[in-house]
Amino acid sequence: MHPAPSVIIFTTLSGLGFGLLFFLGIGQPAVTGTVAFVFYAIAFGLACGGLLASTFHLGHPERAWRALTQWKSSWLSREGVCAVGALIVMGLYALGAVFMDSHWTLLGWIGAALSLATVFTTSMIYTQLKTIPRWNMELTPAVFLSFSLAGGALLAGAEAVAPWLLAIAGAVQLAYWAKGDKALETSGTNLGTATGLGDRGAVRAFEPPHTGSNYLLREFVHVVGRKHAQKLRMIAFTLGFVLPLLLILTPVQGLVIKHVFAALAVLSHLAGIAASRWLFFAQAEHVVGLYYGKR
Amino acid sequence: MTELPNSTDRKMGLVIDLDTCVGCHACVISCKGWNTENYGAPLSDQNPYGGDPSGTFLNRVHSYEVQPEQGHAQLIHFPKSCLHCEDAPCVTVCPTGASYKRVEDGIVLVNEDHCIGCGLCAWSCPYGARELDLAEGVMKKCTLCVDRIYNENLPEVDRIPSCVRTCPAGARHFGDLGDPDSDVSKLVAERGGMDLMPELGTKPVNKYLPPRPKDTIEEEIDILAPLLAPVAEEPQGFMGWLDKALDKLPGGAN
Repeated sequence: MHPAPSVIIFTTLSGLGFGLLFFLGIGQPAVTGTVAFVFYAIAFGLACGGLLASTFHLGHPERAWRALTQWKSSWLSREGVCAVGALIVMGLYALGAVFMDSHWTLLGWIGAALSLATVFTTSMIYTQLKTIPRWNMELTPAVFLSFSLAGGALLAGAEAVAPWLLAIAGAVQLAYWAKGDKALETSGTNLGTATGLGDRGAVRAFEPPHTGSNYLLREFVHVVGRKHAQKLRMIAFTLGFVLPLLLILTPVQGLVIKHVFAALAVLSHLAGIAASRWLFFAQAEHVVGLYYGKR
Repeated sequence: MTELPNSTDRKMGLVIDLDTCVGCHACVISCKGWNTENYGAPLSDQNPYGGDPSGTFLNRVHSYEVQPEQGHAQLIHFPKSCLHCEDAPCVTVCPTGASYKRVEDGIVLVNEDHCIGCGLCAWSCPYGARELDLAEGVMKKCTLCVDRIYNENLPEVDRIPSCVRTCPAGARHFGDLGDPDSDVSKLVAERGGMDLMPELGTKPVNKYLPPRPKDTIEEEIDILAPLLAPVAEEPQGFMGWLDKALDKLPGGAN
């Protein structure tokens, strides 16, 4: 799949933003006033920035509101509904925390649930696609949810759970890579089933329909980034999970150094997740590539 | 709107004969010609006369080589367009309701006024049947020439999809695949019509007729071979002299 920057930025930032909103919603940390304002500004900045970025790849962004209508059948529509719901509910909760020094607990829990639901529905947009075996696995929602919770815990400064969530997210990432590498083979789809000619002999793409490229090849057959996949996996894993874990587990003296270390952990995690998300797209093989003798 | 109908009154679709298709691409051209100036937005080209031309097509013809374990390889031309699936994933993924399957004839269409151009329907299609038009920013796909097949302004003979009307080899057939007594259904039953990627559960309406097995003409040649005069291994007479003379010229023999 073509790793469109808009979609990578969207899933990385909004995943982190909704992760933070989840922790704020359940009262971790239970901040008020100016501190709360900073926390909510970061959370909404990430979540809304990501959502805005996702509209950049639309052919007609001005019609985006229509995407809220088909929640009965479409995961993309459900994501839109959950995102708008989460932002409104958490917006009200934030008003209480910032300006009225009060935590409306029930509202917070509803907002937290909607925030996680947003991340889950985002993951289901990819998971539902049988055409991309590497995404069509139970581990895909696990990747999105565990990354979002780990990033949210890091940003929220939830020291007790952050190391555990990071470790879980790292393990999920490794499992996703291991299983994903075999997904296309085990799916049973190949040029033989694609053409229906497989039982007659070995099928080979002899001549493509056009001498030039086309939308399908640009969108679904991206092989440039796969060359360095193993190196990028090392970078993604180290920056995303190992370094943040070391930074938050290192015992330090003084509040300033602690905050610097925490900020570095967040930035490192963000860079690692972006690299992982880039691979999520670049390594995904769409079965339409088979028709072109590619994958 | 993007929920699929439980069943459709008819299942209009194409039957494509891989035995007959000669790979001339006439269906591709006639499809583009008809559909760029009728239903919906035109099918744009980008940089059509430049170094890297590309454009929107609703029908493309691939060519495949099939090498059996024994015998000669076979070249098979393979036209591919929307299969108007019964369980069309492109319809249910659509967030706006722009993508829909008609109850009356099973044709899968896009309401271009509601399409936001997110591309998710193209992602969900295993067959590469949907292409986002870069000029219009909306999704384009085969309409089964919905503006021809019911068009009473056209002579009756033309009320079939443009690709079917054009095919000079008669490799494309159009009809109701939901009616077991229709010509296309009989053809599918007779020739063992097949689905593409059946394992994905899309239940395509369009069917492909597999190439017929080749006859075994080689054995017949073996029977006649003793009766034919053997071909000279070494050139004789004038040709023999010419061969030797040319060998002696500088430049070497090859």
